[in-house]
Amino acid sequence: MGAESSVWFSRLLTELTLSFHIIYATIGVGVPLMIMLAQWVGIRNGDEHYILLARRWTRGFVITVAVGVVTGTAIGLQLSLLWPNFMELAGNVIALPLFMETFAFFFEAIFLGIYMYTWDRFKNPKKHLLLLVPVAIGASFSAIFITIVNAFMNAPQGFDVVDGQLVNVNPLVAMFNPAMPTKVAHVLATAYMTSAFVLAAIAAYRLLKGSHHVYHKKALLLTMKLGLIFSIASAIIGDFSGKYLAQYQPEKLAAAEWHFETEKNASLIMYGVLADGEVKYEIRIPYALSILAHNNPKAEVIGLDQFAKEDIPPLYIHYLFDIMVTIGVGLLFLSLLFVIGTWRGWRFVAAGWFRRLIVLGGPLAIFAIEAGWWMAEVGRQPWILRGIMRTEDAATTSTHVDTMLLLFAALYLILAIGSITVLTRMFRHNPVERELADRGGEHR
Amino acid sequence: MTLEVIGISVLWVFLFGYIMVASIDFGAGFFNAYSTLTGRAHVLAKVIQRYLSPVWEVTNVFLVFFFVGIVGFFPKVASYYGTVLLVPASLALILLAIRGSYYAFVTYGGLRGKRYTLLYGLSGLLIPASLSIVLTISEGGFVSRQNGALVLDYAALFTSPLTWSIVVLSLTAVLYISAVFLTWYAREARDSRAEALLRRYALLWAGPAILTAAGIMVELRAHNPGHYARMLEVWWLFALSLLLFGRSVYLIWKKRQYGTAFLLLAGQFFLAFFGYGLSHYPYLLYPYLTIYDSFTSETMGIALIIAFIAGLCLLIPSLYLLFRLFLFDPDYLQGKRDNHA
Ligand code: HDD
Ligand code: HEM
Ligand code: HEM
Repeated sequence: MGAESSVWFSRLLTELTLSFHIIYATIGVGVPLMIMLAQWVGIRNGDEHYILLARRWTRGFVITVAVGVVTGTAIGLQLSLLWPNFMELAGNVIALPLFMETFAFFFEAIFLGIYMYTWDRFKNPKKHLLLLVPVAIGASFSAIFITIVNAFMNAPQGFDVVDGQLVNVNPLVAMFNPAMPTKVAHVLATAYMTSAFVLAAIAAYRLLKGSHHVYHKKALLLTMKLGLIFSIASAIIGDFSGKYLAQYQPEKLAAAEWHFETEKNASLIMYGVLADGEVKYEIRIPYALSILAHNNPKAEVIGLDQFAKEDIPPLYIHYLFDIMVTIGVGLLFLSLLFVIGTWRGWRFVAAGWFRRLIVLGGPLAIFAIEAGWWMAEVGRQPWILRGIMRTEDAATTSTHVDTMLLLFAALYLILAIGSITVLTRMFRHNPVERELADRGGEHR
Repeated sequence: MTLEVIGISVLWVFLFGYIMVASIDFGAGFFNAYSTLTGRAHVLAKVIQRYLSPVWEVTNVFLVFFFVGIVGFFPKVASYYGTVLLVPASLALILLAIRGSYYAFVTYGGLRGKRYTLLYGLSGLLIPASLSIVLTISEGGFVSRQNGALVLDYAALFTSPLTWSIVVLSLTAVLYISAVFLTWYAREARDSRAEALLRRYALLWAGPAILTAAGIMVELRAHNPGHYARMLEVWWLFALSLLLFGRSVYLIWKKRQYGTAFLLLAGQFFLAFFGYGLSHYPYLLYPYLTIYDSFTSETMGIALIIAFIAGLCLLIPSLYLLFRLFLFDPDYLQGKRDNHA
């Protein structure tokens, strides 16, 4: 294996690990907030159902967190193993948020252990709820810190390179880079959104399978409401992300939108295929790209013609962008219909086909997360640190990356199968009806 | 103190913390697997589950803290060790994944499987072995530069007696530390059968642990005379460590004050590890890398130290709460509570 294939396999392994980790990480960031809200509603209304909801979510949550810890430890170490040159530079400039992230992990891990093993231990249930607050804060802050590092890769600042030496390092300037506000906000909002839709999918699945318990109906309404709120937030912040790109990474936006020529009154291309440099079967929305980029239908949007060929990211990120936005808008309308429909008493929101759509929403939300990250990361290519270091210069020179790729692929396969088996078994063997009866709750 | 020394001390303390808490975890897994094999699972399983399940993630963060911190304070470590350690560190990661998934799937998830328990137990021995390779490599002599790239000489590494004596030391130390701690824990939990069994293990592994530690000195003398000479300069640290060792074995032998015995053991390892680190100073990798030529920019160093102090203010009270609830709460220890979600 030569140096070139080292780069290739390092990319594959990074992509694989991150794509796998992000599923568990997203759930790990969003679900504690959902548990907290459910338990809070339960305590406030004295409703045992919501408290049980929180408790059952917690059981599933600890499993996803454990797999998240395992895969997260892998990616944390792999960054140094696979991209030693990048990490050497990163260590000098952006180590601060990475370091702070470990404290967020510590905080979260400690309180998760306490929360998990202290159900019914306190006389006052609010005390127990209070223990969850640090878990939710820790999880969200680990997302914030790691996303700051990623934002830095897109918009590096806070240092100068003079004769190959790093000088004038300022960690705070590096952290508060232009990519940071939109990126952090979008990642958080989409994590909450995805978690809400995943939990809604579980409730809808139970209802589809013939359970008519109000427990599931309460769960569904709560999660769909939260899903609605966070999908609106995600779409708005996504729009701001587009404006960020137009200003600081125009090549990424242009590639994602197949915007070849710099022009005013730019129209937005949705869908379509690219064949021999020609865009076909697309939907053109006049002025929409100028609006997305600059909030002004007449504004000029920079196109790919302004960049050297070797600096242009792969054009297939357009499909990824479409997938993300379509799913986002789709889920927004799905949850809007559901919430209004439930409020207005429309019958179809309880129909089988509608519930099937909600079940589909869970996996789709995760798919949107994957598509979004792939678009953002591939859209940064050929740079690992935009404008400063190219990906091929950052990789390890070790010649064993291909073997490691196989090993880790096998590991993730086992982890995926294991977590799916365990999670389905857990809820199948212990249905809500039985648990409510055991706890002296009512039957329906 | 210079920033470099503060940085390495912080990392050193967390590495020491990891070695202690992880040894307890690894050894317990091994004893658990061993007793499953010999049909005595019920004796140990309870003690182990009650202590380990709430804290294993915290244990893991110690490791994450160490490797994230070392790249932060000493970025050159990434480019030296990163290249060289790809294979051994990846193997350690896979083994760590087996352990983590055991907690996920078996303790939390309710899957049962004897083979899984055995694998989990075995990983507890293989992880210290694979991680300890890093210490061996740091002694120098196994890494060289070829055409500008760093390469690890696997043949030399795996045929060196130093490698194997460090591996064996890591194993005996893990089993010894873990057995002493669990003996104490079993007594607090009033589980006299587990206590008796674990005490036997503790006494059994005390001898090998101290013998292999002495063996390292001999090997180092041949492999890295400079380091050996510096170790002799701080001989009193090692002598003190030996004294603590003797005292804690005595207490366990007499079945007295297991808590004190464990604290003495912690002191023993602290001193020995401190002596080792002090004599390794200033090298991170003989002879390529010292803490001085690999240190991060000064502003970053200061920022990291400030973040560290702020982090500790958050961490110490939380850890205190965790230990109060799970380590020193008599009802929890004795299994009178089952408050699992
Ligand atoms: C449930 C997931 C999800 C949904 C529904 C959306 N996004 Fe998104 N998007 C992400 C999940 C995501 C993400 C995974 O969180 C990304 C990848 C990297 C990042 O910073 O966030 C992202 C990145 C990302 C970027 C690139 C930012 C960058 O590279 O710096 C843009 C321009 C948008 N999004 C825009 C949108 C718009 C206009 C949406 C309209 C509905 C939208 N996203 C919905
Ligand atoms: C701190 C945050 C992150 C860091 C430091 C980071 C680092 C890297 C590195 C070193 C590469 C390899 C260079 C390359 O091939 O592009 C990469 C690529 C990639 N990363 Fe990120 N990443 C981060 C966040 C994420 C997250 C959370 C995901 C989510 C899945 C992700 C997905 C990817 C993908 C898919 C690629 C492949 C792009 C390509 O090779 O074309 N990244 N990232
Ligand atoms: C935006 C993308 C990411 C999010 C939201 C995220 C979030 C999380 C979460 C919630 C956990 C579980 C933590 C715990 O409970 O202890 C976790 C684990 C971890 N993540 Fe990620 N992560 C992301 C990307 C990354 C990347 C790119 C890295 C590499 C630097 C990384 C490194 C880690 C590590 C080392 C752990 C294990 C920590 C532990 O042992 O507790 N994460 N991550």
